[in-house]
Amino acid sequence: MITGEDVDHISWLASIKVSEEERSAFVASFNSVLDYFHQLDELETEDVEPTYRVVDLTNVFREDVVKESISQEESLRNAPRTENGYFKSPRIV
Amino acid sequence: MLRELKEGLAAGASAEEVVSAIFEKIKRSRLNAYNCLSEESALERAKNFDKKPWGGLLAGVPIAIKSSISTKGIETNCSSRILSGYIPPYDAHVIERLKEEGAIIIGKTNMDEFAMGTSTETSCLGPTRNPWDTDRVPGGSSGGSAAAVAAGEAPAALGSDTGGSIRCPASFCGIVGIKPTYGLVSRYGLVSYANSLEQIGPLALTVEDAALVLDVIAGHDPRDSTSAEQDRVFLPHTERYLPSLTNGVKGLTLGVPEEYFGEGVDPEVEKAVWDAISKLEDLGAAWKMVSLPHTKYALAAYYIIAMSEASSNLARFDGLRYGLRLGADQDWHTTFSEIRAAGFGPEVKRRILLGTYALSAGYYGRYYLKALKVRTLIKEDFERALSAGGADLLVTPTMPFPAFKIGERIEDPLSLYMADVFTVPINLAGVPAISVPCGFAGGLPIGLQIIGRHFDEASILRAAKAYEDATPYHEAVPKEVV
Repeated sequence: MITGEDVDHISWLASIKVSEEERSAFVASFNSVLDYFHQLDELETEDVEPTYRVVDLTNVFREDVVKESISQEESLRNAPRTENGYFKSPRIV
Repeated sequence: MLRELKEGLAAGASAEEVVSAIFEKIKRSRLNAYNCLSEESALERAKNFDKKPWGGLLAGVPIAIKSSISTKGIETNCSSRILSGYIPPYDAHVIERLKEEGAIIIGKTNMDEFAMGTSTETSCLGPTRNPWDTDRVPGGSSGGSAAAVAAGEAPAALGSDTGGSIRCPASFCGIVGIKPTYGLVSRYGLVSYANSLEQIGPLALTVEDAALVLDVIAGHDPRDSTSAEQDRVFLPHTERYLPSLTNGVKGLTLGVPEEYFGEGVDPEVEKAVWDAISKLEDLGAAWKMVSLPHTKYALAAYYIIAMSEASSNLARFDGLRYGLRLGADQDWHTTFSEIRAAGFGPEVKRRILLGTYALSAGYYGRYYLKALKVRTLIKEDFERALSAGGADLLVTPTMPFPAFKIGERIEDPLSLYMADVFTVPINLAGVPAISVPCGFAGGLPIGLQIIGRHFDEASILRAAKAYEDATPYHEAVPKEVV
């Protein structure tokens, strides 16, 4: 069972603030969805390999060659806050 | 239809008139199929085409693009508040290809927020309406693309399909939609939701149109490390899909999976699909019952994987480099948590939070790893059913029922997830599938899903084309909604 405290913890991990109202709604919907997920427990999968990729692929390598990229101006165009040609972030410490 | 349009343009019809007529239609419409129009650039490109026509597989053809696919200079907001106003500085690979073949981008279509939904109701810009019945959903998440094509507001469109997001709206709107083999079409420039599951694909009025657009967008792209090498992408006998359409169904064996019929499936849908199987048999195909025994576990495995990948992919939306930024900055974590709380809608939050939970310490093995193992079992089901000596193609309903009413399922997430029962297994297995119109129930379209082996789009298309040629359903057009 997921509790309100669990939702608070997940919300902190995911960096999404959850309001009081959302919190109780999420508790209900998370429990019903997770209940549904638990039907996978019926399957014995001890010896089954997980599938991360459906099409066989190996690591793709390329030469480390400098190519043209978008300009600094272009890169910053969508940024809500910039300063001196940089993205402006909140204070870290 | 695209062929007639192309022939008309090649014979001197004005691209500007074609494009203007479409914009007029879009503006009259209350379907809400688009969330952004690129009227100025489209009309300019059409005028240039009229002055000095260029060649290409889609020369002068207007096309609509789902809002999750990056278009240089045209807003790409994924129908989310957090990306409102975002203008990509580059084109997705598929957009580069469309432009190289002469197409004209007319606008971006409405969708479920970040492609998370089956009804286009989770869009922050309001739901798109189904052109066959405006009280009903168009399906999702590429609902805007499907509604636009069905209503004549675009000759063809691109969508993306993570768990049915092209096939579901194609089915609900009575048009053709293809989810290509994972790796066939580059995902470069597609805003990621669940990257191990999703592919970009066409929505169109006919199988031929869809094959033509697939010809343009398929192929290797080194910028997507999951893009398949060229020699795997195309079968030895064909470099293009369009020529494969004329081969008919003689010699093909269709598998009918027993798990895709019965409880939960609308009887009229079931009857339409069986009629389609009979029709394909009349045309020369053989058929037999097959079993995909892990089908009932596909939804749970799909949603665990999709939500887990979403929690990681959507971590990039923090209001720093693009998107929403609110008020005065506080500390790092508080600032981002508030931006994300205000920028994401309820379904996106639900999926990110559940995905975060499924990947968190102590639960990884129970949920995520378990789902990946079940994915293996589902993939093996398909490999067995489609093995040599088995079936060449599988035939099923695309959706268990026709389009439901706006508001009918949105309050109960689980009931909405259940609608994806026949589409998500295909993404888990990575195989290709098409949805084609196969009848009507109470005036609402029904879709037939044809599934093939990895990279065997050619066989799917030839069966779909043979079926379409022998049936009238693709010719039905909804009344204009103004």
